[in-house]
Amino acid sequence: MEKIFSQSETRQFYLIVALGLLIAGTGLAAAHFMEEHGHVVTGMSNQIVWGMPHVFAIFMIVAASGVLNIAAIGSVFGKAVYKARAPLAGMLSIALLAGGLFVLMLDLGRPDRIIVAATNFNPTSVFAWNLPLYSGLFTLVALYMWTLLEQRMNGWIKPVGLAVFTWRIILTTGTGLIFAFLVARQAYGSALLPPMFIVMSFGWGLAVFHVVQSTMYSWNNKIQDPLVLQRMKNLLGIFVLATLFLVAIYHGTNLYFAKQVLFEHFILLNGGIYPNLFWGGYVVLGSILPLLLIFHPSLGKIRCVVAASMLVILGAFALLYVFIIGGQAFPLSIFPGYEANSSFGDGQIATYTPSLPEFLLGLGGISIAFLITTIGVRVLNSLLPHDTLNQLKQEAE
Amino acid sequence: MTDQVNLDRRQFLGKASVAIAGIVIAPGMMLYDFAHARPEGEAASAAIRWGMLIDTTQCESGCEECVTACNKENGLPAAKSPTDVQWIRKVDLKQISTGRQISLPMMCQHCAEPPCVDVCPTKASFKRADGIVLVDKHRCIGCRYCMMACPYKARSFVHEPVLDHDTDMPRGKGTVESCNLCVHRVDKGEQPACVEACAKSGHRAILFGDLNNPNSEISLRLRNVASTQLRADLGLNPGISFVGL
Repeated sequence: MEKIFSQSETRQFYLIVALGLLIAGTGLAAAHFMEEHGHVVTGMSNQIVWGMPHVFAIFMIVAASGVLNIAAIGSVFGKAVYKARAPLAGMLSIALLAGGLFVLMLDLGRPDRIIVAATNFNPTSVFAWNLPLYSGLFTLVALYMWTLLEQRMNGWIKPVGLAVFTWRIILTTGTGLIFAFLVARQAYGSALLPPMFIVMSFGWGLAVFHVVQSTMYSWNNKIQDPLVLQRMKNLLGIFVLATLFLVAIYHGTNLYFAKQVLFEHFILLNGGIYPNLFWGGYVVLGSILPLLLIFHPSLGKIRCVVAASMLVILGAFALLYVFIIGGQAFPLSIFPGYEANSSFGDGQIATYTPSLPEFLLGLGGISIAFLITTIGVRVLNSLLPHDTLNQLKQEAE
Repeated sequence: MTDQVNLDRRQFLGKASVAIAGIVIAPGMMLYDFAHARPEGEAASAAIRWGMLIDTTQCESGCEECVTACNKENGLPAAKSPTDVQWIRKVDLKQISTGRQISLPMMCQHCAEPPCVDVCPTKASFKRADGIVLVDKHRCIGCRYCMMACPYKARSFVHEPVLDHDTDMPRGKGTVESCNLCVHRVDKGEQPACVEACAKSGHRAILFGDLNNPNSEISLRLRNVASTQLRADLGLNPGISFVGL
């Protein structure tokens, strides 16, 4: 037995789990409240049909796929430092996907009918495609973790890892396609969205991984090798830059099309909360500051990398809020060349104020992911590897 | 054999109920012309495509007769907030370059290539053979993807419990709904409620009919006047066209 938990550590563990259960329970209660009273108790309306729960859910689903990059670099490309972290990445992926789906399902108007989605499969719906993609990822990642943790199965690590890697790319393509297939709204309907979502998933997944890894190491009294984190921070920096690049291209092309200019002005200049969140939340706090923390010669230490990762997550929420809510707040262009006015918000900027139940449901989903990870790490003690300098040197050579 | 017996019994019960309902209800209501009604039990035919031609030059700003009639026909409460359902709404338009003002009724455009049907994960959104786009409210899981996909903002989500819905038009909290072209009336050979109300008000701005029949009034009008479909650039081929836009 490698390690026996002390009594105080055990007490601490149960306390943390109880807290997680409480938050998850509050999320369930919030969902029940929404189901009982209808979505009228949320900030959503017939204009903003997807709200805060979707911001939480899509973040978690995208990050669930992105975190598997750690596993892919280890198993598919054979880097030892990453390979040692593959089980934690797998566990985190399952946890985030479960959390995201928890939120997505409970925000449905009729979550009790979820079985209908399985029995009446519409092959032209990308939403329907996502169902087998999600369950497939659960299955594949579980299989992958088995090959990692069961010595007799170790021979299968590479092929199963490759399958996981392929599946996660398809899954995030599917998430991007949810929006790419929408011809109706100016914010969406772009073929750039699936690759943008894939690149975003790389950064967000790695950021979540950094934060969780540091937390789990400290909670489980394990020492994290600073060299390992420093190697992984450069990767995070590259992903943050790549996301910035694609987001810039997305807005740049839109600005070039006359019909999209007013929408871009709304998102980038005069749309109130949306430009503020975009520039202040995503660009400055979520991208530039993390890049400084990662690449500035006097910074880049463990604490800086964890802080950078937390900022990347914050930026991700800001970007998704602008993309999902801002994209709906701008009126549909039904009558080009006309000013429109009606009782149904035609031609008007829609307003949206997220309500408490929406936040609680979102936090409930995060708590589900937190519980799965915390319990998983506790039960499967080998999820947190001890790196040695020798291992690093060997790899460098 | 058993199936046959059951079928006969079912048919008998169905016909008997209709007959009884007819005897009870008929004296109290206006008798409609059933000449064009689709026989009971016969599936909707792709030979027909129902559509509308809306003449904006005849539609008056401030007139809400079509909206009131739709609400009454389908048991919808009058909309007061952005969370209330609206199957049909009046839109006032002002041309930016000229200042010309137009008013028109806006509802589901019953597209030939409806994006709502494409994106619906459960096939709750579907298009009937005769072009009417509908929502199966028993199958809708309330994901609102169709509302994201509709370029005409035609759909509403039921945000609150429905307490007093019309028994002919079952509705339910947590599902999506939209104009169904008064399918229950059309199947009886009648006109949608909004069309009838508009005619009664003297405006006659909405013409309803079979787009596939070259001799129908709507086809003749479409052939003789310049009309436009909304967002024709999207290639969805809506069943509703507009004059004067």
